[in-house]
Order: sequence, then structure tokens, then C-alpha cells
Amino acid sequence: MVKHPVVIAAFLLGSFAVAGTSLVAFTYRQTQPRILANERQALLDKLQALVPAASVDNDMLEDNLVVQDPDLLGADRTTVYRGRRLGKPVAAVFTSVVPGGYSGPIKLLVAVRHDGSLGGVRVVSHKETPGLGDKIEEERSDWIYSFDGKSLQDPQPRYWGVKRDGGVFDQFTGATITPRAIVRAVKNTLLYVAQQGDGLYAQPDPSDNKPGGS
Amino acid sequence: MGDTGYGRIIRDGLWNNNQALVALLGLCPLLAVTNTAINGLGLGMATTLVLVCSNGTVSLIRNLVRPEIRLPVFVLVIASFVTTVELVMNAWFYELYKILGIFIPLIVTNCTIIGRAEAFASKNTLGRALVDGLSIGIGFTLVLVILGGMREFIGMGTLFSQAHLMFGEAARGLTLSLGEDFKGLLVAILPPGAFIGLGFLIAIKNLIDDRLKKAEAHKVAAPADSAAAGAA
Repeated sequence: MVKHPVVIAAFLLGSFAVAGTSLVAFTYRQTQPRILANERQALLDKLQALVPAASVDNDMLEDNLVVQDPDLLGADRTTVYRGRRLGKPVAAVFTSVVPGGYSGPIKLLVAVRHDGSLGGVRVVSHKETPGLGDKIEEERSDWIYSFDGKSLQDPQPRYWGVKRDGGVFDQFTGATITPRAIVRAVKNTLLYVAQQGDGLYAQPDPSDNKPGGS
Repeated sequence: MGDTGYGRIIRDGLWNNNQALVALLGLCPLLAVTNTAINGLGLGMATTLVLVCSNGTVSLIRNLVRPEIRLPVFVLVIASFVTTVELVMNAWFYELYKILGIFIPLIVTNCTIIGRAEAFASKNTLGRALVDGLSIGIGFTLVLVILGGMREFIGMGTLFSQAHLMFGEAARGLTLSLGEDFKGLLVAILPPGAFIGLGFLIAIKNLIDDRLKKAEAHKVAAPADSAAAGAA
């Protein structure tokens, strides 16, 4: 009895599908823990660049809070990582989004110390023009450091703008929209923190409930 | 003669049939990630790895697979290898993986890979298919690195910046820089710079080919007897 060629072809194709999927599944199982660890470490490195590891004693990644204020924070849901030392608030890091970038939203990390001053700002991702708007990246220029230590008292709120608008922050040659949008977003984050006050840190630290966890 | 044609396969892959400069395949990744030399090197090496794996597998199964299901099987093989490479890069070269981003999974759509599977690997022995995959891949990688280096140097005044992403912290010293004063020619990093750069590379290759051809014709014309004797 001769088997129909289509049956053989289907069987072969099926075998290759199974073999290919097995290869991918096997690799996935082998690499997954490492990939998760990479992502966690990358986020932790970014947080610790803004809130020095020595200044907090909790696990900032675990001690997070999701808040909703699209007007001031730019996204529907914003994650806030909170740093504490001996149970006292040290700083909160906001994953703020800049809505008015030159091309698409810009994602930021904004660290606000408990005293209301900025621990620093970093750009996580953006689609600004290479060579013009991308000076907001830490690797390309020092501009993003100009936020370090600033607060709503220094400078006064009306000076929170780029120099062209009468503010204190530099703009870039050929790119004013990008820095202007970021300055506004950072200011809005500070305003949000001022509104919330200690409420930001109120929710009990979840990592306290599971000692020895992670 | 015992020439199995390996030399010819290598010459074809690196130069005569260079996929980027002659076949103009894989243009999407070629143009998109070549804003620095290191990005080009990363994508080139990932592509080469996939090419060697897929060429080898396709050559091994070439007598098993019936012609009517040949293409779906090739696609399956290639897609499996690309996903594997993507996961491995994500695990061990995380920073580079983040920069290359979407272009790693898009290696699947690089016509070079299915082109070599169909045109070469499915008709040749394992050894020849592996050598072909390797030389085609290296030829493609060289163009990526040269184009990336050109654009990086002209556009940003640096060369091999972020080398530490691939070779570890010790490689930071590899980075060359023209210094802070060099503002760079913006167009080189923008997409048009990729097209212009590729155009120059193709022109240079054609120029060299012309020179070689002329030199050869010259050589043949002058000592015609001895050359003919030698060739025979």
C-alpha cells in the first residue's frame, strides 16, 4: 500500500514544527531566569543611580505603588518606587511620561527626595531626533544633570522653563521642544509630590510583611 | 583536481556575491542598525550565527524534505533559530539586545537567509553549506561594520563607542573619539546617511572590480603566451 504523498508531507511538516518548537521551548526555559534577573538588575541600576544604594535599606523594586494622575504624570498609570531607611521615607522615583516630545512620548525616571528636592532625572526611552533632541540622554550630554538638587523653591515655579521662555534651563541648538517638554514634565512631577505630601509613603511597605523575602 | 570549490564559495560570499553590496538583500537591518560600528557588528554576528545554523540544517534535511513543503520547512527552521538567538542574546548580551531591539527578531525576514537556504544549502553537502553560510555571513557583517563605522565617525566623531556592551568593560579603551569639539555631520546618522553611505560602498566595490578586470585584461594581453600556458 502506497501512502498518499500529502500525508507524508503533512507528517514531515508536523515533525519539523514539533522540533522547532521544542528547540525554542528548551532555550526559553534555560534563559528565562537570567533574562528576568537582567531586567530586574537593569531597573535597579537605574534607580540606584538616582537614589544611592547606601541611603536606603529597603528593596525599592518591591516597595512600589501605582498611582493615577494622567495630567501631572503623563500616563494613565504611573509606578512609584519608594526608598526608605529605618522605615523613614528617603525618596520616591516616578516613572513619569513626557507627553509633548518632538516625536512620541518620552519615558523618564524622576527621583524626588523626601525634602522635595530632585535626586535626579534620567531618560529611559525616547524617539527624539538623533543629534538634536537626543542630548537628553545621559551618554550624549550633561544636560539631564541640570535637574539635580532642584526643587519647586529653587528655582521658583515661574522660572521652571527653558531659557528661551525666561526659565533657568538650557535648550539645545536646533531643539527647544524636547527640553521644554521635559522641564514641564519634571515640574509637574514635583507638583504632584507637593500635592500628595507624606501620603506617597503612607501605604505600608509590603516587603516588611515577608521578612527574608527575595 | 581535488578542488571542492571551497575557495570559490568563500570568495563569492565575501566579495563577488556579497549579499549587501551585490545582491542588495537584507537592506532593512543593514540601513537601520548601522549608526555605529558596534551595532553593525552585533547584528552581523547574530545574522551569521543564524545563517550557519539554518544552512547546516537545511543541507542535512535536503533529501528528506519534499519539494512542495520545502519553503514552509525552511521558514520554520529559520524562525526557530532566530528565536533561540534572540533569547540567548537577551540573557547574555542584555544591553546590546536592548539597542538592537526589534532587529533581532526581524532577522527572520532577512531575505539573505532563506535565499541561501533555497539557492545553495538545499542543493549542497553539509560542509559546503556551512562554509557558504559562514562566508556570506561574514561578508554581510563586514559591510555592516564598515557602514556603521563610516556613519559613526562622520556623524558623531567616534569609532567603536559602546564596545563594552559586546566585549566587556576592558573594551572601553577601544573607543576612539575626535573630542568634544567635533559636532559631527548629522545627516550621516539619520536614515538618508545610510543610503548615501551604502551607495558609496557599492561604488567603491565596483571601482575596485573594474580595476581588477582591467589589470587582468592587461596581463593577459601583454604576455599572452605565458599566461595562456600557465592557465592551462
